Amino acid sequence: MCLALPARITRLLDDSMAEVELGGVLKTISVALAPEAQLGDYVIVHVGHAIGLLDEDEARATLALFAELAQHEAH
Amino acid sequence: MKHIDAYRNGDLARGLAATIAAEAKPERQYNFMEFCGGHTHALARYGIVDLLPANVRMVHGPGCPVCVLPIGRIDMAIALALEHTAIVCTYGDVLRVPASAGLSMQKAKARGADIRMVYSPADVLQIARNNPSREVVFLAIGFETTTPPTALVIQQAQRENLPNFSVLCCHVLTPSAIGHILTSPEVAEWGTLPLDGFVGPAHVSIIIGSAPYEPFATQFNKPVVISGFEPLDVMQSILMLVRQVNTGRAEVENQFTRVVTREGNRAAQAVCEQVFELRDSFEWRGLGEVAHSALQIRPAYAAWDAEKKFTLPYLRVPDHKQCDCGAILRGVKRPTDCKLFATVCTPDNPMGSCMVSSEGSCAAHYTYGRFRDIPLVTHP
Repeated sequence: MCLALPARITRLLDDSMAEVELGGVLKTISVALAPEAQLGDYVIVHVGHAIGLLDEDEARATLALFAELAQHEAH
Repeated sequence: MKHIDAYRNGDLARGLAATIAAEAKPERQYNFMEFCGGHTHALARYGIVDLLPANVRMVHGPGCPVCVLPIGRIDMAIALALEHTAIVCTYGDVLRVPASAGLSMQKAKARGADIRMVYSPADVLQIARNNPSREVVFLAIGFETTTPPTALVIQQAQRENLPNFSVLCCHVLTPSAIGHILTSPEVAEWGTLPLDGFVGPAHVSIIIGSAPYEPFATQFNKPVVISGFEPLDVMQSILMLVRQVNTGRAEVENQFTRVVTREGNRAAQAVCEQVFELRDSFEWRGLGEVAHSALQIRPAYAAWDAEKKFTLPYLRVPDHKQCDCGAILRGVKRPTDCKLFATVCTPDNPMGSCMVSSEGSCAAHYTYGRFRDIPLVTHP
């Protein structure tokens, strides 16, 4: 029900629509709820709508933090 | 897949598990409620429960919108399809939820009702455009994540002056349910677990932001960590909760910073504000009536409100007597405590709502966890 996935915008279309790509699958979605979304951005897609933008810097920071937190076992 | 696979790395998960085990104090018990069904599913599917130390227990909360949809609301949708011969559309999971008289939307469809599964509310608008001589109703369910797309299609229907489209609005609000869990006198009656903190909603928080959870930290002294749905996200959030408890803090922390901000999605909030207003009260399956916990369509959009258009009455219907979904949704009981679990109630034949959606506590435990309860026997 709450399935929402990050997908990359490959084409901006008319009427607040966009084409996104996820794992090789192309799909047309609405970006009316994420009007700031640009070509190449990752958006979170839920029930055919982009509900938010994914911040790449924050994504990298989270991955770096995982690695840091997981260091315990190595010590 | 980028931004998915990296958050499922097994080596990092084992390292995080070791860190949690090292930091959880052996002399105390940690009970954290994960609110979202997506978290429940992640915990079961990826075996996270097995990676946690015995004194860190995850309690499943009422955060699956399919699970908390009461029977009476599904009965309304079935009545629209069978008695008003409307085309009724909804999301897939809802079709199998048990309703009155042994029916579900799926079974009503087998009796000739025109019930259709949709992926997006925009698809329902298209069905209405394609069938101008039929009434087309969208049974709209879900938390704050699903609400803005519903608001958009109602506005679109108004712009197009689409007279045969309407929405049976069953959208519910997350903070109200968490508040209810903490304050309801009924919870005291049922008995409840002492909760040490919450794993806060992921996608809901994209819309509403992390700020609405701040009262739970300040008023109830409960830590909340907004968490992503991937296994490493959930494990990091559990570690953040353990650290808050250990240091006596009760704050709202945001693990899901790659998508969630404190303010949330302003564009989505604005469209919801235009189309919806608070209901005085709404029945949740398992929780009963919860004040100010759901939305209804504003009078300006009454022409697209199925409840007004068809003057639909809501009738409360009790759950199956043996069904423990109510206690399970409140974290008082576990799926295996229910007499119906894995006997007459299975994902193929769900009796209670927790067994319907893959995100429901019972379905998640049935699919991924039930053999964990059986001790291993080694043959000589």
